[in-house]
Amino acid sequence: MKHQGKYLSVVIAFLVLAPGILAAEVIAITGATVHTMTGQGTLNDATVLVENGYIIAVGNGVRIPDGAERIAANGRIVTPGFFDAYSYFGVSEIDLVKETVDVIQTAERYTASFELADVINPRSTLIPINRIEGVTRAMVAPQAGFFQQLSTSPIVGLGSVIHLGSTENFIVARNNALFVMLGETGARLAGGSRANALLLLREALQDARDYAANRQGFDEGRRRVYSLNRLDLDSLVEVLNGQRPIVATVDRASDIESVLRLANEFGIRLVINSGAEAWMVADKLADANVPVILDPLQNLPSSFSALGSTLENAARLDEAGVTVAFSSGDSHNSRNMKQAAGVAVANGLSYETALRALTINPAEIFGVQASYGTVSVGAEADLVIWSGDPLELSTFADFVMIRGKTIPMVSRSTLLFERYKDLDGPLPPAYTN
Amino acid sequence: MSRYFLALAPILMLAACSPPGGDSDARVAPNKDPFPSTYRALPSETLLIRGATIYTGDGGRIENGDLLIRDGKIAEFGQGLALPAGASEIDASGKWLTPGIIDTHSHLGVYASPKVKPQSDGNEATAPVTAEVWVEHSVNPKDPGFAKALAGGVTTMQILPGSANLIGGRSVTLKNVPSRTMQGMKFPGAPYGLKMACGENPKRVYGEALHVAPSTAMGNVAGYRAAWIEAEEYNRLWQEYLDGESDEKPVRDLGLETLAGVLNGEILVHNHCYRADEMAVMLDIAKEFGYKVTSFHHAIEAYKIADLLAESGTCASMWADWWGFKIEAYDGVRENIALVDKAGACAIVHSDSSTGIQRLNQEAAKVIAAANRSGIPVTEEHAMRWLTENPAKALGILEQTGTLAVGKDADLVIWDGNPFSVYSHAENVFIDGALVYDRNDPARQPKSDFMLGILEIDGEIK
Repeated sequence: MKHQGKYLSVVIAFLVLAPGILAAEVIAITGATVHTMTGQGTLNDATVLVENGYIIAVGNGVRIPDGAERIAANGRIVTPGFFDAYSYFGVSEIDLVKETVDVIQTAERYTASFELADVINPRSTLIPINRIEGVTRAMVAPQAGFFQQLSTSPIVGLGSVIHLGSTENFIVARNNALFVMLGETGARLAGGSRANALLLLREALQDARDYAANRQGFDEGRRRVYSLNRLDLDSLVEVLNGQRPIVATVDRASDIESVLRLANEFGIRLVINSGAEAWMVADKLADANVPVILDPLQNLPSSFSALGSTLENAARLDEAGVTVAFSSGDSHNSRNMKQAAGVAVANGLSYETALRALTINPAEIFGVQASYGTVSVGAEADLVIWSGDPLELSTFADFVMIRGKTIPMVSRSTLLFERYKDLDGPLPPAYTN
Repeated sequence: MSRYFLALAPILMLAACSPPGGDSDARVAPNKDPFPSTYRALPSETLLIRGATIYTGDGGRIENGDLLIRDGKIAEFGQGLALPAGASEIDASGKWLTPGIIDTHSHLGVYASPKVKPQSDGNEATAPVTAEVWVEHSVNPKDPGFAKALAGGVTTMQILPGSANLIGGRSVTLKNVPSRTMQGMKFPGAPYGLKMACGENPKRVYGEALHVAPSTAMGNVAGYRAAWIEAEEYNRLWQEYLDGESDEKPVRDLGLETLAGVLNGEILVHNHCYRADEMAVMLDIAKEFGYKVTSFHHAIEAYKIADLLAESGTCASMWADWWGFKIEAYDGVRENIALVDKAGACAIVHSDSSTGIQRLNQEAAKVIAAANRSGIPVTEEHAMRWLTENPAKALGILEQTGTLAVGKDADLVIWDGNPFSVYSHAENVFIDGALVYDRNDPARQPKSDFMLGILEIDGEIK
C-alpha cells in the first residue's frame, strides 16, 4: 500500500489546508514523461502546472511558482485521464438488480428525448473503483438491450459526457449525442426486419424536418400527425441541425452502409458504435468522416452480424484514416480499457493512436476536446501519473487528478481488501472500518 | 429426487422389466464410459526447444532453458541439453516456454459462436436438478471459439453446464484439438465433473420465473440435500446388489448414477458459488454426505474465507476482476486470487468466457500487479501455477499435464515475449508434442468449418 499511503497523506494535507475548495494553489507535476496528445507529442522531463482546475503550463523549463505543491513524477508517464466512450456510469449499479438500473427504459412514451443526464448517480461505487485506475471521463449512454431487459424503440435516447471527479457539476456536456440501435436488435425492436428500424428512423427524421420548419403550425394543430411526440421531435431537430450526432450501434458491414446512406440523405453527423465489421467498410467510413467506437477485444463471430470480427479492427480502421475510440462495454471494469488498448497495439494499432482512442478521439467525437483530452494549456487538468507504460498489465495509476482535484486512492474495493487482507485479527472483520 | 425424475420413473421401470438377473457372476455395474475418448495425438517429432525462459508451472523458473519433446512427452528439460540425433530444434531465445494453459470453466461448444438460440445448449433449465445430463452431448466441436482459445495458449479446458440448476449435470474435460467429434477431443483418463450452482441463478430461473422450488437460498440447500439423500440410497442398493447381499438389480437412473459417482469419489464437484457464507454452507453439505468440493467457481468472495478453503483443500476458480453484475458479485477485490493463494489454498484463474479464455495469462498478470502493489509479493513463475498446475489438479489430470515434468504430456506454449505482458502472443502451441498452432504459419492455424467461405474477404479474418 505504499503508493496509497503516500497519496493519502497528500490528500489529507490538502483537505486540512483547503477544506472543500478546489485547489486555489498551484500544483506542479515535475519530471514527467508527458503524452500531450497534441502536436507537441511526447515531452520528456517536463513540468505540468495546474491552477484552479486548469493546466496553465506544460513543457520543459516551466517556472514553478513559489509555494506550489510539487509532485515528482520521476520520469513516470503522464497522460490525460482515460475516456470510456460508451458507458453506464451512474445509471446501473448492479446490473441484475433492476432498482439500480436506469440505463434502459421499457416505456413507449419517449424515445429521442429520453435523457439520462438528470438521473446519473455520481455516488455510484463504479466511479471510485474506475477513477483510481485512471478513468476520468465517460459518455453515459442509454441502451436498448441490457442484461435481461429490452427497450421498445430503435431510437434509444440521449447521452451525456461526465467527469468522474466529483458529485457536483459532473455533467460536462449534456445530451450531446443521440443513440440509436440498428442491425439485429434494431430489427427486433422495430418489428422484425432491419428495414423496419431504418424506416422508423427515416420517418422520424422527416417528421422532425417538417416540424422544424413549421413549429407554429404544429402548435396550432395545422400539421399532419407525426410519428413522434413534441419532445422527441425537438431532440431530432438538434440532430438535423448538426448540434448532436447520431450514434448508431451496429456491427454488420451492410448495416453500417445502410446507416451511412441514411446519414448522407439527411446530412446528419454519424458515429458508429460497436462496429465489429467496420474495418470491412473502412474506406467509406473514412470518406464520410464517420468515427467508430469499439471494444478492441471483440474478435469472435458472436452473432451473424459480427462474422468479420477481428482483433485488427482498430488497426485497419486507423490505417484507412477512420477515427477510433474505445469503450469497455462493462463500465464496472472501464479500468480494463487500457488492457484492451494494449491488445489492439499487439495487433497492429500504433501506440500513439491507442492513447488517442482513450483520450482526445472520444473528446472530439463528443465535442468536448476544448476542455479535455490533451495535456495542454487551457485544458481541464485530468492527469494521471502511471507507474509504467499505461497500457501494460503491470502498470497502475499512481496518482489521479480530475479537473485539478487530487483523487483519494480509495474505493469500496480497496476498503474490502483492507478489511479482509488478514483473517486472523482478534475481532471479526466488521470492526475494521 | 425431482418432479422430472418422478415423471420418468414408470418408463425407467418398464425398461428394467427385462430378464431377471439371478446370475451373480454377471453382476456388473453399468458401463462408466459409454462415450469413450477417441483422441489420438497429432503427429509429432522429436524436438528440442532451446534457450527459453521457462516457467515450469509448479513455481519453478529456468533461465536459458531447454526442453526435449519425444513421443509426445516431455523427455527432458533443464539447461544445456544435447540435441539428439535426428531431432529438430527451435531457437526460443528471448522467448518464454510454459505448460499449456488449462481453463477449469469454459462453455465453448455448448454456447457456440454465433450465439444464436439453436446453439444455446448449456442449461437444461427444465428442472432444478438435472444430474442426468452430460454436457459432452451438447458440445459442438465446430465452435470457432476453440481455435481462438488455442491462439491464447489454452491446451485443455473443462466444459461445464451452465448455472441455472442446483445440479446442472456432468462436465467434460477436452484437449483443445480440432476434431470432427466431441469424442475426438476428450482428454483420455480425465475424470468427469459435476456442476452445482449456489445462489441467485437457480432462484431466478425456478422460483422467480416459474414459481417452483427453489425460490430462496434455503430452498437451494434443501434441493441439494434431497438429491444427495437419494443418491446415498441408490448407492446402497447398487452396492448391496453388486456385493451379492441383494438379488434385486436396481433400476438404472442416470441422474443418481452421476451423484453416486460423486459419493464414490469418481466424479469431481465443481460448484458455482459467489458468496463466502454460501461457500461455507456448501462445504458443510459436502461433509454431511461425505464428498468433496473440488473447486468453487467464480468465488468472488473467496478472499473472505481463504482459510476455510485451505483447510478443506478446496480450490477456487476465479476471475481477475469481474464484479458488480449481480448483488452476489458486488464485493469484488483485485487481490482475490492472490489472497486465496497466500492462505495456502489452491487458486485458479478461470474464464467462463469465450473472450476471457483467449487471455488467461493477461488475467493472471493483472492479479500479479494488484497483489504486488498491495503488499502481497507474487512472482510470475509462482502465478503460473494459477494457470496450469492448480487447474490440472482441480480437473484430476495433474499426473498427465499442468506442469513440466519428465514423462508428462508435452502440452506446451512458446510465447513470443513475457506471457504476462499485454503485447505478447502465444507463438507456438503443442499438444502431446504436436504443433497444433503456429502464429506465423496460417497452415498451422485450425479454422472452424463455420468460418469457411462465409465472407467475401474470407482469409483476411483473424
